[in-house]
This record gives sequence, C-alpha cells and structure tokens, in this order.
Amino acid sequence: MTLYTSTVRTARRPSRIWTKAAGSIGFAIGLPLVLLVVWGIWGTLAPATFFPGPLTILDAFVDTWIGPAFVDDVLPSLGRLALAIVLSVGVGIAAGTVIGLTRWLRELLEPLLEFFRAIPPPVLIPVFVALLGVTDTMKVVVIVFGSLWPVLLNTVEGVRATDSVMTETARSFSLTRSQRLFGLVLPAASPRIMAGVRQTLSVALIMMVISEMFYSSSGLGFQIAYFQRNYLIAEMWSGIVLLGLVGVLLAVIFSIVERRVLRWYHGVKEVERA
Amino acid sequence: MPHPGIRSSPHGPASFGSDVPMTLAPPAPVHTSTVVVARRRRHPARLVRKIALGSLGIVGFLGLWQLVSALGLVRASSLPSAVDTFAQLGVMARDLEFWRNIGRTMTTWAIGLVAAGVLGIVLGAIVGLVPFLRRATHTTVEFLRPIPSVALIPLAILAYGIQMQAALVIVVYACFWQVFVQVLYGVADIDTVARDTARSFGLTRASRLRNLVLPTALPYVMTGLRLAAAVALILAITAEMTIGNPGLGRVIFQASNVGNITTVYAIVIVTGILGLIVNLVFRLIERRSLSWHQSVRGEEVL
Repeated sequence: MTLYTSTVRTARRPSRIWTKAAGSIGFAIGLPLVLLVVWGIWGTLAPATFFPGPLTILDAFVDTWIGPAFVDDVLPSLGRLALAIVLSVGVGIAAGTVIGLTRWLRELLEPLLEFFRAIPPPVLIPVFVALLGVTDTMKVVVIVFGSLWPVLLNTVEGVRATDSVMTETARSFSLTRSQRLFGLVLPAASPRIMAGVRQTLSVALIMMVISEMFYSSSGLGFQIAYFQRNYLIAEMWSGIVLLGLVGVLLAVIFSIVERRVLRWYHGVKEVERA
Repeated sequence: MPHPGIRSSPHGPASFGSDVPMTLAPPAPVHTSTVVVARRRRHPARLVRKIALGSLGIVGFLGLWQLVSALGLVRASSLPSAVDTFAQLGVMARDLEFWRNIGRTMTTWAIGLVAAGVLGIVLGAIVGLVPFLRRATHTTVEFLRPIPSVALIPLAILAYGIQMQAALVIVVYACFWQVFVQVLYGVADIDTVARDTARSFGLTRASRLRNLVLPTALPYVMTGLRLAAAVALILAITAEMTIGNPGLGRVIFQASNVGNITTVYAIVIVTGILGLIVNLVFRLIERRSLSWHQSVRGEEVL
C-alpha cells in the first residue's frame, strides 16, 4: 500500500512550493520595503537638508540622468570602465600565466609586484596626469593600473598551484604545450582567477569614479562632485544611487559569468560536500 | 616556496583592497594542492637564489627608471629621475611635518579599521547565527555592498565638513562589508555534525560560542580583517585626496597642484611602503593567531 502514500505526497507538494516561494519572496523584499517606507516617512516628517526622502531622489534621478546627461556623462564613463576591465583581466591573466609558469621570472618580479600592489591606486592619479595629461587614455590607464593586481597575482598563484600529479600526467600523455595550457593549467587556476576578477571589478569601479573627480569636466564622478559643491543635494543622492546600480549590475554580470566558467568547479565542490 | 598555506585563505592571496566584493557567493575554498606546495622544504640555495633574483628585479627597475629619465625619453617635468626622487625622500624624512602626516593618515586608518572590525564582527555574528535575520537581510546586503564607498564622499563632506570624521565614514563603510561578509561565511561554515554533537553533549550556549563558533569562524575573520586593513589604507589616503583633511593624501594632491612632481613620486613610494608594511603585519598576525589551523600547519596533504 506504499503506492498510495506516495501518490498522496505528490499531490500535497505544490501547495508547499507556493508557500515556500511566497516566503522567500517576502524575505527578499521585506526589509528593503520596510527601510524605504521608514525612510520616506522620516523624510516627510522631519526633512533634513542633506537626507532627502526617496521620492525626491527618484524625481531628481529621472530629471538628472534620463536625457542628454546619460549620453554625455554616463555612457563615456561606463565605456572607459568596460575597456579598462577588459584590459585588466586580459593583461592580468596573460602576464600572470607567463609569470606563474616561469620560475626565474617569478622570483625576479615578485618583490616588485608586491610593492606595486601595495601602492594605494588613487595615489597614482597625479602621476599619470603628469605623464599623460588629462585625457581619456589617462583615465583608462589609471583604472587598469589600479585594478590589474588582484587578477594578475591570483593568476600567478593559481597557475603555480596546479596539481603536480596532473601536470606530470599531462606530460606523460605528451599533450602539447597549448593543450596543457588551455586544458589543464588555466582551468585549474580558474577559481583563483575568478576570485581575482571579482576584486578587480570593484577596484575598477572605484578608480573610475575617482579618476573623474580630479581635473575632469565630465563623467559620473565629476557630476557627483559637482552636485555636492553646488549643494544640489537630491541630484547628488541620485548620483550615489546610480553608482550603486552600476555596482549591483556589475555584481550580477560577474555572478552569471562565474557560474558559467566555474560550473564544473561548483559541481565538484557539491560532490565533495555530500 | 616558503609562503605557508595560509595564503590560500578564502579570498586568495591578493590581499589587495577590494572595496566591495561583488557577490555573496561562497569564497573560493582552500586548495589542498597549495598546501602541498607549501610543504616543500626550504633549500638554502633556493632561498639565496630567490633573494638574489628579487633584489636584482628591484635594482633593475630602479636602473631602468634612472635610464629613462637620464636619456630624456620622458620630460623631466613629468618623470623625475630615481636619484632625485630618493634624494627628495631623504629631505622629507628630516621634516617633522612629514612624519606627522604619516601619523594622521595612520590614525584615520587605525580608528576606521577598529570601528569597522568591531561592527562587522558583532553584527556579522548576530546576523549569521540567527537564520531569520540572515534570510531577511540577504537582499539588502547584496544591494548595499556593491555601492562603491567613494560614492559616499560628497555626502561625507556635506555631513562632516573637511575633517577626519568625513574620512572615517568612507573608511568604515568600505571595511565593514569586508569583515561582515567574511564573518557571515565563517559562522555559516560550522560543521553540522560538530554542532549536533555539541548540542547532545549539553554544552551551554556560551561554551558553544567559544569552542565551536569561534574556532570555525576565526580563519574567516582574520581574512576579513587582513582585506579590510588594506582597504582602509587605500580609502584613508583617497579621502585625504578628495576631502582634503590633513594627511599624506592631501600632501600629494597639493604637491601635484603646484607641479612639485618629485614630491609626488616620493610620496607614492612612501604610500607603497606603508601598504607593504600593513600587508606584512596582518599576514603575520593571521599566521600567529591561526597557528593551530591546518591551513597554517600544512599537515593536510591531499
């Protein structure tokens, strides 16, 4: 009679799924909703000069960023950011692989790289302004130079930590150099590389904002600083919100890419945990 | 290689300042294979070779720098020679104001780091240990964390003016997430069997916190603090550059405005050395406080 019980169980399942889904949606939007409402009520009851309510900011957001400002300030900023991220990740992985695989090169460069990584990146803005002037190239170079190190150093470390048994197996099966590189070394290093890319993304976003705060006359960072200097409080807040949205967007894109690249890895981890 | 396996701690070796780690995905776990590398014995000859090659790299870089400026490949107004830069560094080191500025920057750094560390550990532990809070805060954390802390600079200036408090807002905001998220991971990492065992042996709540939660979460906390220390330095200096409160960042900004490029290069080197010291000290603290942990002892081979 076990057959019947199992039928009963399947029949009951859908309702549970719905309660579960409703529960998780409630958890997902509950707190943000409560915070927004509290903020809204607070903003109308006790209007503080520097902390306008969410509706005021929403108004300012629409007025400020939807229109020509989007093409003049936001798109160029995002373009520079995208170019710099592509360059950082590309250069970081390529150079990191070479350095990680060549022992003398690694030993030669290690102290230098440690030092360059330790320099707080914004300090380099005056240096690159002196070298390149206030140009788009300067801004991209500043972002790249600041955000290159996490991915570069993680690639070095990841490539170096390739399992030696696997390396020797690949050798004895006489795989060619490029087969070994793309079939073994890079995949083995990819969890580390992705951890580095994640840090690179967030540093790049910071550097994009800061590179536009100095000596610049357009871009997201400039606009926010401009609003603050002219006490356009709601507009300034709308800029902060926009930067937050860009940050969240980057995070979402990254997690999609990471899930694809590291699908095998998460699978292995799950098996190990079970 | 002499680096013990602790370098394979959750966020990988680069303790580089990531102001806002991008997702709540679990951190890349410890690779056993790295531990194998770490277990290799130090050969004295290899160590000598490493030091020799490393110094050669530094000397080579300085030589190249001197050569480029001596040959006039880049204008002297944008690239002073290495010799001039280090001479300027020597001049500055004899000036008390220079040391005061380092003191100011490091004060901001220290206060911000301690505040963010305490906040992050306390809130992280509370939120991590209560399943309801963890579920309820998840999306809010995911939205607040990627906001680049530099976006708050204008707000901090308006709220506090050109003072250290404004810089502290930025430093604390950025560092808080580093610690908070690591504590969340750490508390979530508690072994279910160990937890159930502790319960059935009737350990009190306090004893469970001390003997189960703390040892599990400590490696994560230390990683969070190490990352936060690097981030705090970056943002302390960034804040001085953009807000204008006194410190190394303001000096470099003013020097660049009056075209005193040698000072700019000299201070870049100073900030690099400060960053290096912070990284080394925190790596040392991490290794000391986790000397019992297998990633440091390196006994686990495969």
